[in-house]
Amino acid sequence: MVNMTNVMIALNMMWKGMLGIFVVIILVMLIVMLLTKITQEKPASEQNQDQK
Amino acid sequence: MDFLLTNVLAITWQQLVMYAVGIILIYLAVKKEYEPSLLLPMGFGAILVNLPNTGVINQTLTGIGETNGIIQWLFEIGIEASEALPILLFIGIGAMIDFGPLLSQPIMFLFGAAAQFGIFAAVVFATLVGFDLKDAASIGIIGAADGPTSILVSQMLKSNYVGAIAVAAYSYMALVPIIQPFAIKLVTTKKERQIKMPYNPKNVSKATRIIFPIAVTFVAGLVAPTSVALVGFLMFGNLIRECGVLASLSDSAQNQLANLITLLLGITIAFSMRAEAFVNINTIMIMGIGLLAFVFDTIGGVLFAKFINLFRKEKINPMIGAAGISAFPMSSRVVQKMALKEDPTNILIMHAAGANVSGQIASVVAGGLLMSLVSNYL
Repeated sequence: MVNMTNVMIALNMMWKGMLGIFVVIILVMLIVMLLTKITQEKPASEQNQDQK
Repeated sequence: MDFLLTNVLAITWQQLVMYAVGIILIYLAVKKEYEPSLLLPMGFGAILVNLPNTGVINQTLTGIGETNGIIQWLFEIGIEASEALPILLFIGIGAMIDFGPLLSQPIMFLFGAAAQFGIFAAVVFATLVGFDLKDAASIGIIGAADGPTSILVSQMLKSNYVGAIAVAAYSYMALVPIIQPFAIKLVTTKKERQIKMPYNPKNVSKATRIIFPIAVTFVAGLVAPTSVALVGFLMFGNLIRECGVLASLSDSAQNQLANLITLLLGITIAFSMRAEAFVNINTIMIMGIGLLAFVFDTIGGVLFAKFINLFRKEKINPMIGAAGISAFPMSSRVVQKMALKEDPTNILIMHAAGANVSGQIASVVAGGLLMSLVSNYL
């Protein structure tokens, strides 16, 4: 027997759940992009110039 | 001679069905090599727990009283009490994962998220066929394509179908090479499958590799606190791997710990495969909904990739979206194989691997979110 209340709740959980996953993932992605930028090693040509 | 035949005569037809199920799982594990580390113990366990008056589960013996069975004890301590077995296994899984292909191409994070769509689609399907919310959520988590997550979520939600859910999750993970190509071809054209992607990874520093698991734990834990056990232990395992000062612990986590837990997990889960719980029409419906979960995971990931392409000059091969499910490394290999079939010069494995490991994180976050969302409505 289909309980339409449960179906509506399931649809509600669908958008909230997908939104929640994307929020977490996008936050983590932004943190990774920031970390990569901050901790990136200098290219070899720049390192040689520094040593001169 | 009657005392020798008592148990033989006590076998029910449902138990005979479970003997057949057990033998099929063992056959699939040995002959077809479908997830043998779990399907073989589950198959053998299904036989053990369904022998009449079996000593592996608690029994009441006349004149003696209650006796304890080892499989029931393992289930009550290792799974029912605090879901210890699947959570501890996550330490080993985290230690095995190299997040490098993902960290060097952060855009791949998004496909891991998109490919969890099948979880929620399956929850909707389950409610449409009459399951209550906690069982629907437990069935939906099959779409996480992750055995420990499926076991943990269904157990925490006190689902009546833990056994069927575990069998479905592990079986479909093994069937990814059959399910995914079918689903991918439904929503892509040949031209789209032939899209080439240059591989220009950014350098990933050691600091990034160490900070990453800590950052993920904070973010996931603050947004979805019920996911902390899953995400936290996965990231703990990864931190042990990446810190560079715990080589022997990392080695133990990846090998001895993972093997020990895996050895016990399958046979322990068999406690939920007793005939009275497993042999009913609901098990067949769960198998069907589980299959739909995997199909919609794939379709969700692919369609998201096509959506992203609307805004990009350099197109992403939409099959990468399909690699966002958590079945690692099977899914990324499936995508690579399909790409080579369309164009023998098209190498997508590193992009697919990035999306695939993102799916590992997204699936455990999805599990935690699902548990907290459901508890709001119960």
